[in-house]
Amino acid sequence: MSLLEVHQVSKRFGGLTANQDVSFNVDAGQVVGLIGPNGAGKTTLFNCVAGYFAPSAGSIMLSGRNIAGLPPEACAKAGVARTFQVARTFGSMTACENVMTAAMLLQHNVARARVAALQWLAFVNLERFADKPAASMTISEQRRLAVARALAIQPSILLMDEVMAGLNPSEVRLAVDVVLKIRDSGIACLIVEHVLEGIMPIADKIVVLDRGVKIAEGTPQQVSNDPHVITAYLGDE
Amino acid sequence: MKNYHFAIFTLVAALLLPAVIDSSHLNMAILVLMAAQVGVAWNMVGGYAGQVSLGHAAFYGIGAYASTLLLVKFGVNPWIGVLTGGVVAALLSLAFGWSCFRLKGHYFAMATIAVAELVQIFFTEWEYGGAAVGLYVPLDKPGWLWMSFSTKLPYYWLALGLLLLTLAANWWIERSYLGYYFRAIKDEPDAARSIGINIARYKQIALSVSAFFTAIGGSLYAQKEIYIDPNSVLSTALSIKMALVAILGGVGTLFGPVIGAVILTSIEEFTRIFFGGTGRGTDVIIYASLIIVIAVFYPTGIIGWMRSFRERRAARADASRQIAAHAASASTNNGEAA
Repeated sequence: MSLLEVHQVSKRFGGLTANQDVSFNVDAGQVVGLIGPNGAGKTTLFNCVAGYFAPSAGSIMLSGRNIAGLPPEACAKAGVARTFQVARTFGSMTACENVMTAAMLLQHNVARARVAALQWLAFVNLERFADKPAASMTISEQRRLAVARALAIQPSILLMDEVMAGLNPSEVRLAVDVVLKIRDSGIACLIVEHVLEGIMPIADKIVVLDRGVKIAEGTPQQVSNDPHVITAYLGDE
Repeated sequence: MKNYHFAIFTLVAALLLPAVIDSSHLNMAILVLMAAQVGVAWNMVGGYAGQVSLGHAAFYGIGAYASTLLLVKFGVNPWIGVLTGGVVAALLSLAFGWSCFRLKGHYFAMATIAVAELVQIFFTEWEYGGAAVGLYVPLDKPGWLWMSFSTKLPYYWLALGLLLLTLAANWWIERSYLGYYFRAIKDEPDAARSIGINIARYKQIALSVSAFFTAIGGSLYAQKEIYIDPNSVLSTALSIKMALVAILGGVGTLFGPVIGAVILTSIEEFTRIFFGGTGRGTDVIIYASLIIVIAVFYPTGIIGWMRSFRERRAARADASRQIAAHAASASTNNGEAA
C-alpha cells in the first residue's frame, strides 16, 4: 500500500473539466514531481489532495483512509501539509511565531511550541531570523519559512506548490537542499513545479499532466524521452 | 517593559482618581471606563481575529435587557442577571456567527449591521420587554448586594473592575494558543487552514467570548443608568462607537481601546457641553472625520503610530551610529595613508 493513492480523480467546474480520471501513487519518503504545461490542471489536482477542492469523482487515500472531500484543516490533521505559490506567511508575526502557530496543532502549550518551532527553523537554516518579522524577509526566505511552518504539523506528506518559481539559481539550490533534507527525514514530497531543472534531478518519480489528463508517469529519464511529453511541452512538428 | 510601567502608572492613577475629582467629572470617568471595556471586548473578535463586527450593540443590548428583565419581571439578583446576560449573549452569538461568518471582510461587516438591526427592531416591537418605551431598573434595594446605588462612586469601581477583568481575559487570550490562532486567521485564512486551524470554530470562539464581555458591559450600563430602551443600548451608532474606540486606539493591541475610549469619550462630552442641545450630531461628524483620518493616515491606530514612531527613531539612531563609526574608521584610514 502506498502512502498516498490518488485514484481516478476528476474535478469539474461547471462545464470545464480540470482533471479527468487522474491516478498515481506516492510512497513514503518519495519525492514526486507533478509537472505539465500551463493549464494542465496541476494546481487543481494539488488543491484536491490538500482539501481546498472536493473532487467531483474518485478517491484520495492517505495511509488507507479516504481524505477526498475533507476540508483543509481535516487534511492537515490527517497528515497532509502544503505550501502556497506565494508564501502566505503570517505577516503580523515573527518567523518563529509563524512556525509556533503550526506546531500548536500537536499541543497547545506556547512554550513547547516555541521549542519545536526553533528546531524547524534550524531545519531550513532560518534560525537566525527567529525573532524577525516574517514580513521583513525576502521571498526566498519566506518560502522556506512556509516550508518550516508546514513541517511543524509533522505531516506524512508535504505538498509544495511551485517552491522554485521566481528564484535565482543559488536560491533554487537552497530549495533543492531543503527538499532532499525533508525526504531524508522520511516525509514524502509532492511537488508541483514549472522549473524542470530544479525538480528533474531530485524526483524519484514524475507525473505529467496535460489538459487535465495524465499523459505520462515514470522516472525523470523516462518522461523526458516520452514522445507525448515532448509534444505536450513543445507542440507537434 | 516600559508598557508595563505605563500600565501600572495608569492603574494607580485610576485608583486615586475618585479622590481628586468632583461627581460630574467622575461620571465622565465612568463613561470612559465603560467605553474602554466594550472596546476591549470588541477587540477580541474585531481586532485580534480581524472580523470587524458593526453589530456588537446587539450583544450589549441583550446583556442590558437580560439582567433588567430578570430583575423587573422575576426579581432575580442583578449579579446573577449580569452573568446570565453574558451567557445568553454568548449563546446567541452562535446564531450571529452562523449567519455572518459565511461572509468575509466588508460583507461580513455589512451582515453584522443587518443582524443587529433585526435585534433592535425585535426589542422595539416586543411589548413584554417594554417595546419602544423601554424599561426602568427599580431602585428599592440599594447596596452592593443588589448592585444599585444612589451615588456614582460604586459604579466607578464596578466599571474599573469590569475593565480590568476584560483586559485580563484579553491578556490571557493574547498569550495563549488562541491569540496565535486568531492572528493567523486575520493574516492569512487559507494558510491558517493548511496548518489544521478550523477557522470557522475559532472565529466563533472569538465572537462568543467577545459577546459575553460586551453583554456584561451592557448590564452594567443598565444598572448605572437605571433606564434602557432600544435606542440607548441597541443602536447602530453604538456598534460603530465600539469598533471606533478600538480602531482609533489600535486594533489587536491590549491597551489600544483604552486610549481610544479616553479620546472618543472626551470628544463626545466636549461637543455636548460646547454645543448643547443645538449640537446634536456634532459628535457624529467628528466620528466620521476621525474614521477618515485613521483610514488615510494611521491605519494601525494610535498605538501603531507610536510604535512606528519609536521604531523610526531607533532606526535613525542606529544609522547615525553606523555613519559615525564609518567616519571614524575612514579618518583612521586617512591617517594611516598620510
